[in-house]
Amino acid sequence: MHLYELPLLFVLVGLVFYVVLAGADFGAGFWQLAAGRGEAGARVRDHAHDSMAAVWEANHVWLIFVLTVLWTAYPRAFGAIASTLSLPLFIAAIGIILRGAAYALRAGASSASERRPIDTVFALSSILTPFALGTMLGAIASRRVPVGNAAGGLFSSWTGATSILVGVLAIANCAYLAAVFLAADAARLNERELEDGFRRRALAAGVLAGACAIAGLAVLHTDAHPLYSRLLHSSALAAMIVSILAGSATLELVRRRSFALARYSAALAVAAVIAGWGLAQNPTLLPGLSVRAAAAPHDTLVAVVVAVLAGAVILFPSLALLFRLQLAGRLDHGSAASSHPAPGGSLLSASAPGLLTRLAGACLLAGFGFLTIAEAGWAHALGVFALFGFLILGFAALEFASEHDRPLGAGSGEA
Amino acid sequence: MSVAATVVLAGAHQAYLLQARQMQALSFSVHIPLVCFGIAFPAMILFVEWLYLRTGDELYRTLARRWTRVMAALFAVGVITGTLLSFEMGLLWPSFTATFGSVFGLGFAIEGFSFFMEAIFIGIYIYGWDRLSPRAHFWSAIPIVISGFTGSLMVIAVNAWMNHPSGFRLSAGRAVDVHPLTALFHNSFLWPELVHMYIAGYIVTGFLLAGAYAFGRLRGRWGRYERTALAIPLAIAALASPVQVLIGDWAARDIATSQPVKLAAIEGLAKTTKGAPEHLLGWYTEGQVKYGIAIPKMLSLLAFHNPDATVKGLDTVPANRQPPVNVVRVSFQLMVGIGTLLAALGTIYLFVRVRHRRLPESVWFYRALLLAGPASLVALIAGWVTTEVGRQPWVVYKVMLTSQAVTGASGIPIGYATLALVYLGVAVAVVWILRRLAAMPIDAHGPPSSAPAARQAG
Ligand code: HDD
Ligand code: HEM
Ligand code: HEM
Repeated sequence: MHLYELPLLFVLVGLVFYVVLAGADFGAGFWQLAAGRGEAGARVRDHAHDSMAAVWEANHVWLIFVLTVLWTAYPRAFGAIASTLSLPLFIAAIGIILRGAAYALRAGASSASERRPIDTVFALSSILTPFALGTMLGAIASRRVPVGNAAGGLFSSWTGATSILVGVLAIANCAYLAAVFLAADAARLNERELEDGFRRRALAAGVLAGACAIAGLAVLHTDAHPLYSRLLHSSALAAMIVSILAGSATLELVRRRSFALARYSAALAVAAVIAGWGLAQNPTLLPGLSVRAAAAPHDTLVAVVVAVLAGAVILFPSLALLFRLQLAGRLDHGSAASSHPAPGGSLLSASAPGLLTRLAGACLLAGFGFLTIAEAGWAHALGVFALFGFLILGFAALEFASEHDRPLGAGSGEA
Repeated sequence: MSVAATVVLAGAHQAYLLQARQMQALSFSVHIPLVCFGIAFPAMILFVEWLYLRTGDELYRTLARRWTRVMAALFAVGVITGTLLSFEMGLLWPSFTATFGSVFGLGFAIEGFSFFMEAIFIGIYIYGWDRLSPRAHFWSAIPIVISGFTGSLMVIAVNAWMNHPSGFRLSAGRAVDVHPLTALFHNSFLWPELVHMYIAGYIVTGFLLAGAYAFGRLRGRWGRYERTALAIPLAIAALASPVQVLIGDWAARDIATSQPVKLAAIEGLAKTTKGAPEHLLGWYTEGQVKYGIAIPKMLSLLAFHNPDATVKGLDTVPANRQPPVNVVRVSFQLMVGIGTLLAALGTIYLFVRVRHRRLPESVWFYRALLLAGPASLVALIAGWVTTEVGRQPWVVYKVMLTSQAVTGASGIPIGYATLALVYLGVAVAVVWILRRLAAMPIDAHGPPSSAPAARQAG
């Protein structure tokens, strides 16, 4: 593995996380649409919403990660892809906006009749977005994105058979992942009825997604022959086999209600497909543009690799914490009795406000002197620190003063 | 529309450059106010929660929880509008990204990790209110506050680089000899811009929040809850607004040396002048500011601390390399005018608080406060217009023209119209949800950010 390939590996890893984690969130939207009417439908929709509520923003960031690493490490490829595929990219953007807005809106909805239309917008955009993103991957895979600024067709580049295939596959895959995850969540919550429902959905969507994938090989054979032959004749084949095995194992696990394991095997199946695609595509990124030629200069690659590795050190423990809390039901709705802190006394015992006020004033003066009057760089830095000192001390003076003798709070007792 | 360009740097033919710029401006104008809440709101909520932990007073807990719901909704909208911005790097400006992604991209890549931390811990914080121990819950917000800062640091580093580019050489239209760390962080322009924006976040959030409760007071809602909810953000905004004047002045002095043409546009200075005057208000036509109030030598004094210093004028560059003067100038004056008024309002408040140890009582103060929030938003956007339009026609100052950066794809007007419609809908949605959240009874203890009627789990 060369340095210039390493960021691409990060991109693919990020893509796997995005497809698995955010994919499941998109799929949750899909099942909201298919939930039907009435009480039972509302319960399915609420379950789908609650399961992703705490995590969808974090899952969404994987997409940002993929984009930023791509445009930093392979800027020419990014420019070509984004400009030629501007239409599906824009459609995905609109989908993401509508979806996030619908999510925010749901917090204000107070009745089922208000939630219905919001959930519908959410669900439709949850289908539109993976489809649009899928067509983009299909366009790249079928070599329809030439190098240059919008050098490919505005429509033709992403409406080929491969694009449509990957788009549909993306939706099927989201639905499948979501059903597995939601069944697992329902099992965790002891919601037997929901669990059964999502188990059935998972089995159906799994079979469908598998069938789609196999039928897709025929599409690749005619529409993207270079990719097709490389998929079957290189190490990519091994990845494909892993994917098929993991996919079948997932179905079996779901059938047996081993949902916790099924989560991982489903993720593995997806990861293997993406790995296979990456291997089959290597070493060309776009027609006439190899990974090596597309890569940024050496210093940038080093910086990206270091930044991503360092970022991973803080990211993965944080993600683990989030998912552990979620899986342990610590982020569910409803209130478990939480302990309350012992009432403390006054915040501040000394007659500090006066002192704080004077110190804050001194900082403000110092800030003015160093930042505004003085000219040197170091003086400016000092000045900025002094001004922040003014902000913090001044705030402390105000707040502690109010806490101390409660001139604001000691009202006539209205709440 | 013909789609012509093949080589990356070859400026694509784009008949709708202006629409592309407006689309970018629209996207920013929606994102940046939300970002202010991402910067400042977590810290304010954290402070209130800290008060709760220290005193055990339920009022603080209620306040922090109610604010958390607002934060959750605004954060979700911040995320999606920010996502659109990152798409636009490719949708609108693919040549910019293709040419210089290797130079500035690192900033966004690191920012990605900030977003991760922010999103992860905001999830934990919002949904952990009832489930985590009070102490653990409090600590889960610290990463949000930090990543709010690092996130703005990274974006601003990119913007500062666009305004004051370094860390690479251009060779045959490609960036070579790239040193991304130098480009992003070894840049004098970064620091005033960062501090100015960061403080703007606190000003905007503080005044908007305080304004909401000032509105309540004018309507007669003035219990202990409302007074507390008003006093905390107001204290922050009142302290921050006089500081902002000093920081803004620092930013302006920086521009005077590194972007003299922008300064000339800000001041409407057509010709290079020794001992240049400053004009307040007025309108720039035919090479001079008409109807303005001139203060002799003031510009030289402010910009260079020397009343006889020479200030470069617009005539140092050809006409087609000058930004549109009045857009920049009016925006700047708007920002400075509002900034000065906000600083005055803040000072009055501080004076009353320190001298009389109470909140101001005059109705006029609360009326002014009601206006201060929207006014600070105007200042915020006006400031960005000054920065971005003042840099035109360059996207990377003196290196790449905006017209070279733009996409060759057709359909920009359709995209712009679509986006405008969608954002209109988003704006309506945000207003609706904020009003809904405000209308919830104060002692509601339902789970934050979810419908009160949502199914109870477990
Ligand atoms: C609440 C918002 C707010 C307020 C009250 C002020 N500003 Fe500001 N200003 C901004 C918000 C802002 C900003 C966040 O919108 C900008 C855009 C780019 C930046 O770094 O900050 C900005 C930019 C900006 C610039 C251009 C920097 C550049 O081109 O890179 C200057 C010279 C000033 N400001 C100066 C001032 C002065 C002298 C003010 C006081 C009277 C002032 N600002 C108040
Ligand atoms: C990264 C690529 C960027 C490009 C190509 C770009 C270019 C532009 C252009 C062309 C405009 C429209 C100017 C006009 O209306 O005449 C604009 C506006 C704006 N830009 Fe940038 N910019 C970029 C990055 C940034 C960054 C990183 C920031 C902030 C951190 C920023 C802040 C803004 C703002 C706030 C506006 C709105 C100005 C208005 O309302 O008119 N830009 N930008
Ligand atoms: C070219 C310019 C910009 C791009 C590409 C961009 C991108 C983004 C993205 C993708 C998000 C969503 C993060 C998530 O999923 O959690 C976001 C949110 C955010 N952005 Fe921007 N942004 C830009 C300009 C700015 C500016 C000017 C600031 C302010 C300094 C800023 C600060 C933030 C912050 C603090 C958030 C957190 C979300 C929130 O609290 O609402 N961004 N941005």
